[in-house]
Amino acid sequence: MRPTTRRSPPRLFLRFFRWYCHPHLLYHIEGDLMELYHERHDTSGKRKADIKFIVDVLLLFRPGIIKPSSSYHNLNHYAMIKSYLKIGIRNLLKYKGYSFINIGGLATGMAVAIIIGLWVYDELSFNHYHTNYPRIAQVIKGGTFQGKHFIGQDYLPYPLIEELQTTYGTNFKHVVPTSGPGGFGAVLSAGDKKLSRTGMYIGESAPEMFTWKMKYGTWSGLDDLHSMMISESTAKAFFGNDDPLGKPLKVNGTTDVVVTGVYEDFPKNSAFHGINFFEPWKFRLKREDWIAKQGWENHFLMVYVEIQPNISMERAGANIFNAEMNAIKDIDYLKEEMKYKPEVHLLPMDKWHLYSNFEEGVLQNGPVQIVWFMGAIGIFVLLLACINFMNLSTARSEKRAKEVGIRKTIGSVRRQLIGQFFSESFLVVILAFITALCLVSLSLPWFNQLAGKGMTMPWHLVYFWLISLGFILLTGLLAGSYPALYLSSFNPVHILKGTFRLRNTASIPRKVLVTLQFTVSVVLMICTGVIYHQIMFVKDRPVGYSREGLISMWKKSDEYNKQADVLRTELKATGAVIEVAESGGEVTGIWSNNGGFNWKGKDPNKDEEGFATLNVAPEFGKTVGWQFVAGRDFIPDMASDSSAMVINESAAKEMGLENPVGEVIHWANRPWGVDKDFTIIGVIKDMVMESPFESTRSSVYFTFGYKGVLLLRLNPAMSTSEALAKVEPVFTKIIPDIPFEYNFVDQSYASKFRAEERIGKLAAVFACLAIFISCLGLFGLASFVAEQRTKEIGIRKVLGASVTNLWGMLSKEFVGLVILACLIATPIAYYILDEWLKSYAYRTSISVWILTMAGLGALAITLLTVSYQSIRAALANPVKSLRSE
Amino acid sequence: MKKYQLGEFEEVVILTIGVLYNDAYGVSIKKEIENRLSRNVSMGALHTALKRLEDKGYIRSHDGETTEERAGRPKKYFEITALGKKAMEYTRNTREDLWRSIPKVALQVKIAGQ
Repeated sequence: MRPTTRRSPPRLFLRFFRWYCHPHLLYHIEGDLMELYHERHDTSGKRKADIKFIVDVLLLFRPGIIKPSSSYHNLNHYAMIKSYLKIGIRNLLKYKGYSFINIGGLATGMAVAIIIGLWVYDELSFNHYHTNYPRIAQVIKGGTFQGKHFIGQDYLPYPLIEELQTTYGTNFKHVVPTSGPGGFGAVLSAGDKKLSRTGMYIGESAPEMFTWKMKYGTWSGLDDLHSMMISESTAKAFFGNDDPLGKPLKVNGTTDVVVTGVYEDFPKNSAFHGINFFEPWKFRLKREDWIAKQGWENHFLMVYVEIQPNISMERAGANIFNAEMNAIKDIDYLKEEMKYKPEVHLLPMDKWHLYSNFEEGVLQNGPVQIVWFMGAIGIFVLLLACINFMNLSTARSEKRAKEVGIRKTIGSVRRQLIGQFFSESFLVVILAFITALCLVSLSLPWFNQLAGKGMTMPWHLVYFWLISLGFILLTGLLAGSYPALYLSSFNPVHILKGTFRLRNTASIPRKVLVTLQFTVSVVLMICTGVIYHQIMFVKDRPVGYSREGLISMWKKSDEYNKQADVLRTELKATGAVIEVAESGGEVTGIWSNNGGFNWKGKDPNKDEEGFATLNVAPEFGKTVGWQFVAGRDFIPDMASDSSAMVINESAAKEMGLENPVGEVIHWANRPWGVDKDFTIIGVIKDMVMESPFESTRSSVYFTFGYKGVLLLRLNPAMSTSEALAKVEPVFTKIIPDIPFEYNFVDQSYASKFRAEERIGKLAAVFACLAIFISCLGLFGLASFVAEQRTKEIGIRKVLGASVTNLWGMLSKEFVGLVILACLIATPIAYYILDEWLKSYAYRTSISVWILTMAGLGALAITLLTVSYQSIRAALANPVKSLRSE
Repeated sequence: MKKYQLGEFEEVVILTIGVLYNDAYGVSIKKEIENRLSRNVSMGALHTALKRLEDKGYIRSHDGETTEERAGRPKKYFEITALGKKAMEYTRNTREDLWRSIPKVALQVKIAGQ
């Protein structure tokens, strides 16, 4: 017999056979094949034997011999999934408290993520309401001041607008001047109906450029000189459901206009939100003929442009860069201006909202960073919630371990167990998502108020549902992966024999997580504390005048000036008003800032920053109650006081005058029309007129110039409502055309805290949520540890440990973790808050007690959370825990 | 009613297993059929039939010895089960029934026709 090695059949076909053959049949059929092959080899030679072998192998390739494609038959998917869901629901119902915490925690995380997602979407889509936003820009100015390049001055001189319309007109489809952001208040009246509304003068092509959504009329509604376009809500308020086109309106009781168009109200995320009527720009030019006479040095107008479709934003920006330089270089009186090297820039519309900060000539990220920061917080919160979900699911794994063991023994494959746990986590995630949607719908109005937004749930958007679906999938996979993979990996033999123990290392990631969560919570707690502390500190700042019982109102018609003396005497006669005064603007703002001052000993090399130049009536000081450091107040009817000035302490310091009272300063300024000497008659304490968080500006007060605001000091002996009831009839009698409307100065002042209070509230909300989620994480860890140490606790109890002992033993570990979190959090919070406080000129310092309180608060919350688990474990009957072997 | 289902080739195979009695395994069955019925039997057809018979419960198998010829693979011996025996008898009875039912004339005509 020849050696076996030489009598082997074609290897390729043998391997093919081995690959396809059913494992149960493989050995003996292969044996048969080999036996036949050897026999044929001996009788008819290798070649014939080979061929026959190949034929046999190929003929064996038929159903019945081929192995099935998978090792088990999955015929019953539907029934299996049904059973998974049923068991999942039973598990949820069996541990109701636990399910509540788990679903509630995940829902909270999801709700936060959804709200933040909506907020980010709202911020990023700011101004997208105006279809042409990619080609719209605002014209702004830049230059060099005190050796530094600056950019971002949005008020422009009148001749620049003319220059843009004529010389550079080819770049732009529309050039639209406006009377400034926010508009102005005015009283509209139709017949007897009078309403205060905010309006704006705007270039005639604005409706087309900003694609107003017209309800009545067309985009060309502003072409007529006496036309007015009003918002839908205003139209409703005046004319109900009637067609308002062609209806007459009166502005401030004097000007007659005709409604030529009604547009849909602008949404909150539009730069024009809240503007209820528009009047044509050319009407303003005609009525206020001083505007067209202004030169290059008076910056008081704003301009929006839409560039031509065939030109890029950069190109247009480059074309107008030198527009002002080229125009003013030959004008004599502007030689001084040239040293500021004025530049003209375009600020694209999609950057108005999120990128409006400029620093040293570079566009800063500013608000957009907050948007991304908030987005990161949203993802972070969701991630924490997901990890907590995993934690809580696996913490109870010993309860499910036996089920896994039995299932595996009966024949479940690992893949099926993974499927089971995934379907359970999807069940929870879907329940949590529905809860989250409810939470979001309920809290959205409240959040809108808090964040000053007008967000709605986009139920009607397909995208929203697609994203929601993706969101559920992602969260389900994220939250379900660890339990699914971990629980399904248990070895059934170990579980059922009772030698199964959760590894000690499994608690390390949990500890890291709890520490991380508490670090975040403590940071947020400290932030909340310090923000509120700062707000309280600034609220206590001495403001230099008394704002309680002070009311202000804009003179909405010339009647106020004509009837000034009558008003004053009648008001005083009521006994409700102690003093009446006028000023150029509201006390809670600085309305004018100018240069052109000269005084003895002025440093000629220093670029002057100018002073706040505030024109007030002689009674102003007495009305607002400013406080003198030196000198005297203005005296009404004293002729020489028309060239007198009262300055504040900052101005005295800036001027470097030892004894300012009686000094003479020279002021030359074209817009104010002055070029003369003024005598300083008094020095007052700094009045906080702008942001109370900033240092006060150097200011000078004088008595000439037009004063548009009326100030009333109410009698403190009377209650405010009593006093107002007496004041109102005076106004309605003397000026019947204008409704009696006023501001409380203390309320306007309080509104300056709104941004900070908003940050404070947001920080507080996030701190609460972070603490809630951290507590869930801690709860998960505590229950995990308590479960793991059940036997140990039983033995300790048998040996005589008291409940207090055990409670201390179980809580100690967590207290350690939280102290560690506090130690990490404190420097982080200190660093962040120190940077934040540095942005305020008037600021508090971070006090130790806030840091201590935050740490103690975190500890107290920890003990409360952990005690539930540890006391329960300590109270458990040791017989029960030790018996279950 | 198909009480005992047994195809033509399956019948041949189960009969051959009976013939070989204690020596019925893949190759011997194949050779026996080829010798007795002078028809070619492929391994594929044979093993499919064997597997089907086993699945129906008519035959059972046990592993036997290995030889060098078979490259160390065991032989798998088949034997007929009680159920298999019943099935064979049933088939045989139905055939004989049929034989008996044929009128003599019919066969004579045929023979005569030859």
